[in-house]
Amino acid sequence: MALTHSHGTDAAHGHDHPSGFWSKYIFSFDHKVIGVQYLILACIMGLIGAGLSVWFRTQLAWPGKAGMSPENYVMAVTMHGTIMIFFVVSLSLSSGLGNFCIPLQIGARDMAYPLLNMLSFWTIVPGAAIMVASFFVEGGGAAGGWTSYPPLSALPKAAPGSGTGQTLWLLAMAIFVVSFTLGGLNYVATILNLRARGMTLMRMPITIWTYFISAVLGLLSFPALTAAAIMLLLDRHGGTSFFLPSKLILSGQLQTNTGGTPLLFQHLFWFLGHPEVYILVLPAVGIAFDVLAANARRPVMGYKASVFALWAIAFLGMIVWGHHMFISGMNPYLGKYFSISTLIITAPFALLGVCLLGTLWRARIRFNTPMLFALGLISAVGTGGIGGLFLATATADLHFHDTYFVVGHFHLMIGVTSLMGTFAGIYYWFPKMFGRTMNETLGKLHFVGTMVGTFVVFTVQHFQGMGGMTRRYYEYVNEYVKPAAALNPLVTIFAFIAFGSQLIFLVNFFWSMFAGAKASKNPWEATTLEWTAESPAGHGNWNEPPVVRGDPYRYGEGADGKGWKLQTDA
Amino acid sequence: MSGEAAAGHGHAAHGEWECEPTPFKASWPKVMMWWFLIGDAVLFGSLLVAYGFNRVAAPAWLPQDKVFSMNFITVMTFTLITSSATMATAVAASRAGDRKNACLFTMLTAVGGIAFLGMQVYEWWHMIGHHGARLTVGPKLEGFPDVPAFSAYFFMITGFHGSHVLSGVFILLYTGFNALRGRNGPEGVELAGLYWHFVDLVWVFVFGTYYLI
Repeated sequence: MALTHSHGTDAAHGHDHPSGFWSKYIFSFDHKVIGVQYLILACIMGLIGAGLSVWFRTQLAWPGKAGMSPENYVMAVTMHGTIMIFFVVSLSLSSGLGNFCIPLQIGARDMAYPLLNMLSFWTIVPGAAIMVASFFVEGGGAAGGWTSYPPLSALPKAAPGSGTGQTLWLLAMAIFVVSFTLGGLNYVATILNLRARGMTLMRMPITIWTYFISAVLGLLSFPALTAAAIMLLLDRHGGTSFFLPSKLILSGQLQTNTGGTPLLFQHLFWFLGHPEVYILVLPAVGIAFDVLAANARRPVMGYKASVFALWAIAFLGMIVWGHHMFISGMNPYLGKYFSISTLIITAPFALLGVCLLGTLWRARIRFNTPMLFALGLISAVGTGGIGGLFLATATADLHFHDTYFVVGHFHLMIGVTSLMGTFAGIYYWFPKMFGRTMNETLGKLHFVGTMVGTFVVFTVQHFQGMGGMTRRYYEYVNEYVKPAAALNPLVTIFAFIAFGSQLIFLVNFFWSMFAGAKASKNPWEATTLEWTAESPAGHGNWNEPPVVRGDPYRYGEGADGKGWKLQTDA
Repeated sequence: MSGEAAAGHGHAAHGEWECEPTPFKASWPKVMMWWFLIGDAVLFGSLLVAYGFNRVAAPAWLPQDKVFSMNFITVMTFTLITSSATMATAVAASRAGDRKNACLFTMLTAVGGIAFLGMQVYEWWHMIGHHGARLTVGPKLEGFPDVPAFSAYFFMITGFHGSHVLSGVFILLYTGFNALRGRNGPEGVELAGLYWHFVDLVWVFVFGTYYLI
């Protein structure tokens, strides 16, 4: 089928490559430029989000020494969570690398709807600005936790951050959802419709499968959050009681609300919240597959099994949200169902893990920076996943709920796993982005700092949680929790190490952009389609449409003795 | 449909940018529209599930046939479903290359939408003016308690649906004008039609769950 595309904006944009600064770098339609824009925005937001964690980790390790009030503390953890999940990991991994590599890996000139793609980036920019601006309004930013559970988030007078800060939080999140939905629509349409000749679905790199699956998950789950946000806004500003129960007392005053239930918000929130974990984790795993295959010089083990496992995880991920709510007052019989369905996810995830590790079987591994991050990702998924088994079991979760065990677990999954995948992807595709390679020494330093820092922080937090240390506490004063809390200075020091390594990355990223060593077309000798384009690829990616003639991971093939074949080779 | 490549920027001289066949042979705008509608269905689904959640938990609920005139709601529903039929006719006319009828039936569909909106406005006026309902106060009925959630869900769900109908009317007017001038092919009319049928379908669910059950 001839690819068709005819909207007026493109015609107006002209048929030449854009040459002006504004149309080339700012309001570009080029998916690669938009991808890099997302990455840079994520870097800025990452500095803020991670900076907040440095601030409150200081308070936890040395109470009172961080110049932080209890109100500041809850605001900092709330905003850290929100910014990191939605404005750092989502923007860098899903939007940034996704935009960059989807058309390149499937052999398309650009996204299906480049104008919409540009708009989704320029929609998220005010969203990010509003989120940051909410720090500076009266009462500070939102402080009801990144989950924004009512009644704290529904009553503007409930806490200092529940006023304007919470309203701006909701507004920024609404903008984020719009931008992410537009992006997801583009991803799905691009992957289904713009694959090059010969690029059948089962010849797509696993990265593309994961982006497709995560876009589908996003389109199916974010609307539930939109519904929750609409009702929350009405509760906050219209006086309704969707989420507010009868006989609620606030500062000694009986509220007039009747008939609502906070449990409803939790259901709607986690109907998004749980799939969101897979939206962020799966593309990271997909990138790891590509990087592992290229640097192990072996085809991915069990390509079909992996694709099957990814779909199974996605499906199960949609129906397990209640495991976040075991102690919420939900019917205990539901807990049984959510427990079992959650534990079943272990099976496809284990299959995925076997495929990841199996790819390394008898390989002569090249330990370059992207590969190190891909290997780190396997470790993070495994370690975090084991904690998940305990949390999925309703009986164990009664103890672990809202402790640092949960904090350690989900940071390993959506924090470390996703960012390891993101970094693997950035180091791997950097030559394609800028025609230069990133500095290997700094990259390895970055990896060691990240790996050691994050693993000490989050594994130790598991033990602190078992010791009874609950989340979102400004200071631990009770006698029983003192032994667990005594580990806080250690955790904080390693958190500083992890944060410091990210600064190394930022220096490396921006320095290499202009001064890195020149890269060839295919510096990793990889087989997928993006390596047949120029480095950096021009607007439109290829002059001639590539024709795909084989599977994505053709390592160990090749008659001329070089041991690998591009996807376009006969 | 032009043979221009995805990005549309240059390279036209190299010929068509051939692509692998798409599942169901759907073009990308149609794929996007379908996925948008699936997402929007989840949004309405969430609102309706929330309504069910609250209603099951509520100690009391009001009998809908005492608050609303069910005959009137039936006429509303009939109007909207009829507009789906005119929409289908418009798509068929557009496919047959009959610009005039494509425009005419798209406009008729918009008229159906406007009629529905008018009745919606009457419904709201009836609730607010006659029953004294507010966003936070239930309609007053002799012998029944005040159920604020009855009003809150009414205004939220019908308001949200009504805003979809309203945007649909604008889309239809725009599509109708373009169809007459030959600025959009059958696909443009079909895309507007997909959206319109979806809005109608949602109303069937709203009618079933909010008014009937």
